[in-house]
Amino acid sequence: MASLYERLGGEAAVDAAVDIFYRKVLADDRVNGFFDDVDMEAQAAKQKGFLTMVFGGPNNYTGKDMREGHKHLVERGLDDSHVDAIVELLGATLKELGVGDADIQEVADLANSVRDDVLNR
Amino acid sequence: MTQLKYKDTVYTVPDGSSVLDTLLDNGEDIPNSCRAGACQTCLMQATHGKVPAAAQNGLKDTHKAKNFFLACSCVPQDDMEVCLPDVEKLKFAATVTEKNKLSDNVIELKLKTDEPLKYYAGQFVTLWRDDVLGRNYSLASLPHVDDELIFHIRLIENGQFTGWVADELKVGDRLHVQEPVGDCFYTQGNPEQSIQLIGTGTGLAPLFGILRDALQSGHTGEIHLFHGGLDASGLYLHDMLTHLAEHNSNFYYHPCVVHANEGMASNIIEADLLEIVSQTVSSPAGWKSYLCGDPEIVKKLRKQIFMAGSSMNDIYSDPFVYS
Ligand SMILES: Cc1cc2nc3c(=O)[nH]c(=O)nc-3n(C[C@H](O)[C@H](O)[C@H](O)COP(=O)(O)OP(=O)(O)OC[C@H]3O[C@@H](n4cnc5c(N)ncnc54)[C@H](O)[C@@H]3O)c2cc1C
Ligand code: HEM
Ligand code: FES
Repeated sequence: MASLYERLGGEAAVDAAVDIFYRKVLADDRVNGFFDDVDMEAQAAKQKGFLTMVFGGPNNYTGKDMREGHKHLVERGLDDSHVDAIVELLGATLKELGVGDADIQEVADLANSVRDDVLNR
Repeated sequence: MTQLKYKDTVYTVPDGSSVLDTLLDNGEDIPNSCRAGACQTCLMQATHGKVPAAAQNGLKDTHKAKNFFLACSCVPQDDMEVCLPDVEKLKFAATVTEKNKLSDNVIELKLKTDEPLKYYAGQFVTLWRDDVLGRNYSLASLPHVDDELIFHIRLIENGQFTGWVADELKVGDRLHVQEPVGDCFYTQGNPEQSIQLIGTGTGLAPLFGILRDALQSGHTGEIHLFHGGLDASGLYLHDMLTHLAEHNSNFYYHPCVVHANEGMASNIIEADLLEIVSQTVSSPAGWKSYLCGDPEIVKKLRKQIFMAGSSMNDIYSDPFVYS
């Protein structure tokens, strides 16, 4: 059976998802404060990294990277509620792209699997 | 803490400090302008040590390959040895051929380089008064049409470079132009795509270049140019743009001011630039957008246009960042 990443459509799916997802993030008052002072273009590239990872695609991120990458955000109050919000927006993005519930659940599980690293616990 | 070697002296870089700050704090003269990674005035070269990726954002591949980097955006992770690049190869000598007043505080400067310069209208160069003082200016001219490079320079109160341009620089004087950079220019191959050009103040300079390039190239899609000023005197190409709009059926000019003047031209709207843009082009999906000028306004526009449905890849911007 094809991998999750292949089923979703690989890099093309990531490209299709990145604008939709990022737009949702910027429009959501629960989380957009964390994205406000970062350069939008650089941020869009990072969203691609994030989506590739949670779509189960090829990436080199380690748990340590996730800890370091979000440390300054945890210091600013990043907690479980924000991870929940991101997972929710991710699900809404995939739904919009016509992805089935089972695959959406798998993506959510992948995102949740690094929750402790992201929150530096 | 890391060590930084420059001209035979080794400096200690305080944690989190950039190469630029470290050298300036130690009394070295390093050219700089925006201190935010936008202008490339602080270009340096690493002869030893690893250059962090963030210090090469926006550089040409040929420059990356030579270990060029932006000193203001380089927080060394390892010990580094750095130098100023061999600038002679990057700089072109030029002569001032014309200096005209476009408005009370905007000067049109025309320069002729000794050797022809390859560029796209809308890109920006660094103009150097001497080895240390350099500032970015955008190209309003067209390479295949104009013999000279044309700039619109807004005078800034107590501005080092603009003060010199206003008070001292005269026709016949020599200065240096450093090679054009940036991706804010018209690209061929999509003549039917709608385009919006949005800028404040001399943000009009690159937009005017892009507009002329598009019209010259036979662009058939709609082109909307929004120019914002504090009042009508800031709309320094008003008459010419109004004329162009009357003679090109696919070109629309939207002059826009914060404060109305008595007796100002009837096509000028007193309104918030961002609102006029969102009312005129409410769904920019599929459009190409070019945003230039005041950094805060450019940032807000970029977000507004992206949120209204444009892909990030279709938004080009040149914020005129200063420190
Ligand atoms: C990519 C890029 C393209 C640019 N293109 C153009 C162009 O086509 N035309 C043009 O006129 N300028 C352009 N600029 C701006 C230009 O590079 C200089 O920043 C500007 O001319 C001021 O230089 P100065 O040496 O006279 O002022 P400085 O001596 O650097 O500054 C003097 C004082 O004025 C403040 N200051 C500087 N700029 C501004 C500002 N815009 N508004 C308010 N306060 C300010 C500074 O903080 C400082 O306190 C561009 C900048 C960038 C980054
Ligand atoms: C759900 C689990 C999460 C995963 C798997 C994840 C993954 C990532 C990855 C891979 C990057 C780095 C991209 C790169 O540098 O190439 C990143 C950066 C970032 N993440 Fe997350 N993330 C998660 C949750 C969150 C949450 C909840 C927030 C805030 C609400 C957040 C905010 C950010 C920000 C702001 C950056 C950019 C940091 C910077 O460089 O300034 N992330 N994330
Ligand atoms: S890019 Fe470094 S000073 Fe502008």
